[in-house]
Amino acid sequence: MSQVAKRPKRKNPVERTRQPTLPPPTRSRVALGLTAAAARGRLQLQVCVDCGTVQYPPREVCRACLSQRLVWRRQDGAGELISETTLHAAQELYFRERLPWRIGNVRLDSEVNVMAYVHDAVGAPPCRVRIEAALDRAGQAALIAMPQTGRPALLDDPKLREMTCDPRARKILVSDGKSAVGQAIVRALAAAGADLIWIGVAEPWKQAAGFDGLRELPQAKVVALDVTDSHSVRELAGEIGGKVDIVVNTNDCHRAFSLAARRGVETAQLEMDINYFGLLRLAQEFAPALKARAADGTTNAIAWVNVLSIFALANYPPHGTYSASKAAAFSLSQNLRAELRPAGVRVINLFPGPVDDEWDQLEMPPKLSPATLAAALVDALKGGVEDVYPGDVAQDWVARNLENPKALERELGETLR
Amino acid sequence: MKAAKKKSTRKKSTAKAKVRAPARRERANLSDMLISGGAHLVDLTQTLSPDFPTIVLPPEFGQCRPFRMEEVSRYDERGPGWYWNNVSFGEHSGTHFDAPIHWISGRDLPNNSVDTLPLAHFIAPACVIDCSAQAKADSDFLLTAAHVKQWEQRHGRIPVGAWVLMRTDWSKRKDPVTYQNLDDTGQHTPGPDPDCVRFLANERDVLGFGTETIGTDAGQAAHFTPPYPCHYYMHGAGKYGLQCLCNLDLLPATGAFIVAAPLKILQGSGSPLRAFAIVPAK
Repeated sequence: MSQVAKRPKRKNPVERTRQPTLPPPTRSRVALGLTAAAARGRLQLQVCVDCGTVQYPPREVCRACLSQRLVWRRQDGAGELISETTLHAAQELYFRERLPWRIGNVRLDSEVNVMAYVHDAVGAPPCRVRIEAALDRAGQAALIAMPQTGRPALLDDPKLREMTCDPRARKILVSDGKSAVGQAIVRALAAAGADLIWIGVAEPWKQAAGFDGLRELPQAKVVALDVTDSHSVRELAGEIGGKVDIVVNTNDCHRAFSLAARRGVETAQLEMDINYFGLLRLAQEFAPALKARAADGTTNAIAWVNVLSIFALANYPPHGTYSASKAAAFSLSQNLRAELRPAGVRVINLFPGPVDDEWDQLEMPPKLSPATLAAALVDALKGGVEDVYPGDVAQDWVARNLENPKALERELGETLR
Repeated sequence: MKAAKKKSTRKKSTAKAKVRAPARRERANLSDMLISGGAHLVDLTQTLSPDFPTIVLPPEFGQCRPFRMEEVSRYDERGPGWYWNNVSFGEHSGTHFDAPIHWISGRDLPNNSVDTLPLAHFIAPACVIDCSAQAKADSDFLLTAAHVKQWEQRHGRIPVGAWVLMRTDWSKRKDPVTYQNLDDTGQHTPGPDPDCVRFLANERDVLGFGTETIGTDAGQAAHFTPPYPCHYYMHGAGKYGLQCLCNLDLLPATGAFIVAAPLKILQGSGSPLRAFAIVPAK
C-alpha cells in the first residue's frame, strides 16, 4: 500500500503553484529502444545476433565483436546490486528538487552493468535485485532496481511514486460514465482510492442499466458532459478544469459496419464526432489546465487516459468506420502526448480487443469484460507505462502488427468473407 | 462590405414596396393592429440549443443530429472584427415542421417537400385543443375523435385548412429528462389516437397537426396500428406537422393565425423554424 496519506493537506493559496521540471528528456534514436519497451512495461536490451552479448547502454555496434546486428530482446532483469550511492547535489533541476536520490550499479546475470534508481525496499549491497524499466516524468525509460522478492510496487517508494500516476487521493474525470466500460472504470478508480470522480453523462434522458448504482459511491459526482457539444465541454472545463488531476476519456461510439454495409456517412460521422472530435474537444479544454497544475503538490495533475481500441492499429473491416475513427483518435493522442509531455503529464492509451458489450456481440471470444479492462487501466496508472494492450486478442494483434503490418492487414481483410 | 450589403437590401425592399403598392393598405392594417393592441404576437418556438433533446430511436437506426454550434470567430485571431458560428442540426430538431415527404405514405404526393410547399400554407388559422389537464394526469393520454367533437360543440367546427394544435403544457417541462419521459418501455408522451388523426385529415381537411412534445405522435405510437398514425395519415393526406411548440397556453381556442414557414431546403423533409401566432384581440 502506498505511504501517501489519503487526503493531503489543502494547498496554501497564498503560495505560487510550482512549475513542473523534468528529468533529462533527450535520448539518442537507438536509446529510444529502451523507451519503446518501457512504454509497455517491459525491460528490453540489445543482444548481438552474432556473439550473443547483451548490451548496455544502447549502442550501434556490439561491444564485444563490433557486429552491427543488434536486436532488442526482452530481459528478466535479474542481477546483483554491487554498489550504491546517494546523491546530495545535482545540477538537473528535477533531481535538485528531490534530493537525496538513491542510485546504484547493478550487475545483471546477463553480464552487463547498468545504472539504476534503487527502490526504498532494496537493502544495502551486495544483494539480489530485479531491474525493471518504467517511464519517468519526461516519458523516457528509467531503470529501477527492485527487491528480488516481495514484489513491492513503484508507488511504495515516495520518490519513485512520482513515476506513476497513482489514482489514490486524486480527482478524476471519467468523461462517459454511462457505458458498461465507463461504469467499471469508475468503480475501479474508486476502489483504487480516488478522492473524487466526476462522472460525465450525455443525453441524460437515456437511462443506462446499472448507472444509478454509481451514485451511491461516496466519491462520485455526476456532471453533464456531452463531448459532441463544444459548449458543454467548455462549461465543464470552466467549472472543474482547475481541479482535475486525471482525465479518463471513455467516450466511445461503436457501430459495427463495413463501409459497404451502410449507405451514407451519418453513422460514421457520429463515430468520428465522439471518438475523434470528442477527444479533440476534451483536450483543447482540459489539457491547458492539466499542464498548469503538473507540479501542484503530491496530488498534482498527472495523467490523461484514452480508451482506444486494438482496431486503431489496423482496420478491422467488419467494424471498418469505427476502426477509422479510433485510428484518428490514436493519431490525435500522439499530438496530445507531445503537448503534455513537457509538463510531465503522461498520456496513457489503452488498446483493448473486443469487449463483452452490445457492439461486439457477434465477435467470438475471448472478449474482455469491462471489469478486466478497468483493472488494466488502474494497473497502468499505478505503473510507469503509456501503451497498454489488454487481453489476448490485443496482445496477439499488436505482436502481429509489429512483426508484419501488411500481413495483419491481409488477415483482417479475410474476416469480411 | 456589411454596409454595402445593408444598402442593397434597403434598395430592394423599397423597390418591392413601389411595385406592390396595392398591398400597402393591408400591411398597414396589420401593423396598425399590432401597434394599437388590436392584435399581438406569441412566440411558439423553443430556443435551438445543444441541450434540447431530439427524438430517440434504437441506436442501430440513423439518428437525427441534435443542434450543435461551433464558433467560427469571436472578435479574435480567427476573425478580429466579427462573431459567428457554424451550426448543424437534423431537419427534425428543435421546434420544427414536418412536410408530407417525411413519411413513406406521403412520398409520392406533389409538392410534398419544404421547398415546394404552397406559400399560402405558411399562414393559417389555428384551433387549439386544451388537453393540459388530461396530459398532467396521464402522460400517455390520447386525444380521440370524440374529444375533438366535444371541442367543436363549444368552439365551432374546425375550418378547412386550419392547424389543429394539441395543448398539453408539455413544453413547460424544462428538464429534458421529464420532457422526454423515457422508461424501459419507451417514451410516455401524449398524442392523438389513430382514429382521431383519420377524422382530422379526412373529415375536417385540416392543414396539419401540432404538438408541444417531441413528435406529433404519442410516445407509445410505435405500437399503434398503423405505427405513428399521425405521421402516416397526416402526411399521406398531404398534411403537415409541427412539434416542440411552446406557449400554446397563450393562444385562444380559435381566432389565432399561425405563421410557420420552414426553411426552403431542396427536397427537405422538414426544418426547424421560427413559428409564431398572430392573436387578434377579441
